[in-house]
Amino acid sequence: MSAHALLLLLVYLLALLVLAVPLAPWLARVFDASAPAQAAHLPAWERRVFRWCGVDPAESFAWWRYALAIVAFNTLGALALYALQRVQGSLPLNPQGLAGVAPDLAFNTAISFVTNTDWQAYAGESTLSNLTQMAGLTVQNFLSAATGLSVMVALIRGFQHSEAAGIGNPWVDLCRITLRILLPLSIVLALVLAACGAVQTLAPNLVVHPVEATRFQAPVLDAAGQPKVDGKGQPVLADQVTHEQTLVLGPVASQEAIKMLGTNGGGFYNANSAHPFENPTPFTDFLQMLAIFLIPAASCLAFGQMVGDARQGRTLLAAMTVVFVVMALWAMHVEEGAHPALAALGVDTQGAGGGLAGNLEGKEVRFGSAESALFATITTAASCGAVNAMHDSFLPLGGLVPLVMMQLGEVIFGGVGSGLYGMLVFAITAVFLSGLMIGRTPEYLGKKITAFEMKMVSLAILVTPILVLVGSAIAVSVEAGTAGIANPGPHGFSEILYAFTSAGNNNGSAFAGLSANTPFYNGMLALVMWFGRFAVIVPVLGLAGALAARRRHATHAGTLPTHGALFVVLLVGTVLLVGLLNYVPALALGPIIEHLQLGGLQ
Amino acid sequence: MLFRTLRPALSLLILLTLLTGLAYPLLITAVAQVAFPVAANGSAIADKTAVTGSALIGQAFAEPGHFWGRPSATTPQPYNGLASGGSNLGPNNPALLDAIRVRAATLRAADPAQQAPIPVDLVTASASGLDPDISPAAARWQIGRVARVRQISPAALTALIEQHIVPRFWGLLGEPHVNVLALNLDLDQRFPVAGTPAPAVR
Repeated sequence: MSAHALLLLLVYLLALLVLAVPLAPWLARVFDASAPAQAAHLPAWERRVFRWCGVDPAESFAWWRYALAIVAFNTLGALALYALQRVQGSLPLNPQGLAGVAPDLAFNTAISFVTNTDWQAYAGESTLSNLTQMAGLTVQNFLSAATGLSVMVALIRGFQHSEAAGIGNPWVDLCRITLRILLPLSIVLALVLAACGAVQTLAPNLVVHPVEATRFQAPVLDAAGQPKVDGKGQPVLADQVTHEQTLVLGPVASQEAIKMLGTNGGGFYNANSAHPFENPTPFTDFLQMLAIFLIPAASCLAFGQMVGDARQGRTLLAAMTVVFVVMALWAMHVEEGAHPALAALGVDTQGAGGGLAGNLEGKEVRFGSAESALFATITTAASCGAVNAMHDSFLPLGGLVPLVMMQLGEVIFGGVGSGLYGMLVFAITAVFLSGLMIGRTPEYLGKKITAFEMKMVSLAILVTPILVLVGSAIAVSVEAGTAGIANPGPHGFSEILYAFTSAGNNNGSAFAGLSANTPFYNGMLALVMWFGRFAVIVPVLGLAGALAARRRHATHAGTLPTHGALFVVLLVGTVLLVGLLNYVPALALGPIIEHLQLGGLQ
Repeated sequence: MLFRTLRPALSLLILLTLLTGLAYPLLITAVAQVAFPVAANGSAIADKTAVTGSALIGQAFAEPGHFWGRPSATTPQPYNGLASGGSNLGPNNPALLDAIRVRAATLRAADPAQQAPIPVDLVTASASGLDPDISPAAARWQIGRVARVRQISPAALTALIEQHIVPRFWGLLGEPHVNVLALNLDLDQRFPVAGTPAPAVR
C-alpha cells in the first residue's frame, strides 16, 4: 500500500463530506415538500402539471397502491425503451445508420436500465443510436434513480408519520426528485465533464488520419460472412492495413453525468469510464467517483434530519464508511501489488524510475492502479457499476472486493435511494437481533418492530441471494451458460458468479470476458435484474406502510440506542454476517481458489 | 383503478422523457458547442491538410522511430475507435502470460541493447484499448531505440520526454503520464527522418 493511495482515499472521503453535508438539507427539503400534506404549497406550475397528468398531489397512497404505481411506471418505461431500441433504425439522430437491436438484447437492455442496473450486454458505440442513448437510456438513468429515491422517501415517511394510512404520493415524489434534485446536479456535472473533454455533440463520427498506418491481421470471411477456418479449425487470417481511425462521438457528457449521479453505470461506450471520451482526465475521474457516492451519502444525513435526530443518519453513514474504507484499502493494496509471474519475464511492476506500479492489465495509465482500485470499490459499494478498469483482469483477491461489495446487498452507500432503504432494512434486522439477545421489544426510531415488519425485512434480504445463487447454479449447469465463459478454470466460474451477483444486486459492472449477449444470458439476467429490483421494492414499501400505520413512541430509558459506536458495530456485524454466510462457499470456488493457483503460474 | 394508475404513469413518462431525454441533452450540447467546441467535439488535432488524431485517443505506433504506446486489445485492429475495450483476460489465464511474453520479446527484439526490465504498462493491454498515455519510465525505456533510428542523441530525447510529462493533478490524482501521440508529433517535427524504415507487423 503506497502513501499516495492512503492520501487519495483520505482526500476523497473529505471531499465527499464537504459536498454531502450541504446537499443533505436540500434533499430533506425537497423530500418533505413532496409530502401530500404540503400539496397546497406547491408552485402553481407544478400543480398545473399534476392536474394535466391526472394526479392529486394531496392524495397519500396506501403502500400497495404506491407499489402498484412504481411497478406500473417502470413497466411502461421498460416497454418504451424496448420499442425505441427495436425501431431505432428508422428514427432520426442515428448518424452511424445502426439497425434495430435484436429482441433478446433489447429486452435485456430495457430491463437493465429500468432497474438501475445498467448491465451492458451490448457495446454502446456500435449498437445504439444517439436517439436511443438520449431518449432511452438517459431517461431511464433519471427515472430509475428517481424510483429508488421515491421508495426511500416512502420508507422514511414510515418512520416520520404516526398512525398514518398512506406513505406519500409516488407521482409527486418521482417528478419532483427528477426535476429538483437529479436534473440540476446533472446539468452542472455534465458541463464540467464537457469542459474537460467528454464529448457532447450530435455530429457523426470523427474520422482521423493517424501518424502511422495500422497493420493488423483480420479473419477472412467466406461467402456467407462466416470466418473461414483452416484444416485445424483455426480461423484463416490475412494481413490488412488501415490509414484511418474512426472515433464515435455523441451526447456523452450529458449521459455520463446522470450515469454517475444516479448510480446507473451504463456507459455510452463499451469501455465505459475507461474510455477517454467518457472520462478524459484524472480530475474527471475524481469527480465521477464523488458523483457516485454524493446522493447516497447525503441521503443518510437527510434521513437523520427528516426523522428529527441527526445522529441516526450519521450512524448509518459511519457504518457504511467503516466497511467501505476497509474494502478500499484492501483493493488498492492488492492491485498495487504485482502479478507474481511477471518479474520472471523481465517486466518491472514496482514503478522504478517514474514507472507505474501494480497490475496494469485492463487499466489506464492516467488513472494507475490505486485510483482504479478505488474506483472499482466505489462503483460496486454503490450499485453504480461504471468501470474505469476491467475488473476481469484484477488479481484474484482484488477482483474479490467488487464481488463482495455487491454481495453485501449494495448497502455500503448503495444505489441512490436503494442503498439507504437497504441499510434501513439491515438496521431493523440489527435492532431485532439485539432485541432478542437482551430480551426487549425491538424498536427503531420509536416504532415497534413486529412479526409483519420482520417478514417484509426477511423477504427483502433473502430475495437477492436466492436469485444470485440459483441463477449462477443454473448457468454453470447448462451448456448455454458455460459457453459464454472466456477464461479457463475457476476464473470462469467467477465470471458467471459475478454476472448474477451484479444483476441480482442491480449493480451492472461485469467480469466482462463473459459473452453475455446470448439469448440465455440476456433472458436469465433480465429476470434476475427485474426481481432483484422489484421483489425488494415491494416488501420495502410494505414495511413502510406497516411502520406508518404504527404509533410513534417517544424513546425511553429502556430503548436500545440506535446511534453511536455500539450500533455501528451491531449494524456492520449484521451486514457482514448475512452477506458472508450467503456467499462464502461460492467465493471459495472462485476467487479464493484462483488466488491459491496464482503462485504456481509460470 | 387501472386507469387512475396508468394515466399518470403514461403522462409523466412522456413529460419526463421530453425533459430529461431531449431538452436536457440538447441544452448541454448547445452550451458545450458554444463554450467548449474543441473539447465537445473530440479534442481533434489537425494539421494544415487533415485531422491527425484526437488529443485524448491513442494510436497504434509500431515503427521503431516512434515511441510506442500501450498494447491494445481491440479487434480486429489495435486502437479501433469503433470497438473500445480491454482483453478481459483473467490473471490466471495462460493466454495473458503468452501475450505478455510476445510483447516483451517484440520490445526486446527492437532494441537488444536495452537490458533494463520493461515497464509494466508497455506489455499490458489498457482498459479502453484506446489509452493515449504511457508512464514516463515507459517513454524513457524506448529512448535508445528511437535515438538510434533517428540518429540523434539520447539526451535530446530525455529532454523532449521531460517536456511532455503530465504530473499528477494537484499532485494527487491519477499518475504522471506522457501522451504518446503528442510526443511523437513533437518528435517528428523536431527530428524528422527521411525514409523511415518499413514498419513491422505486430
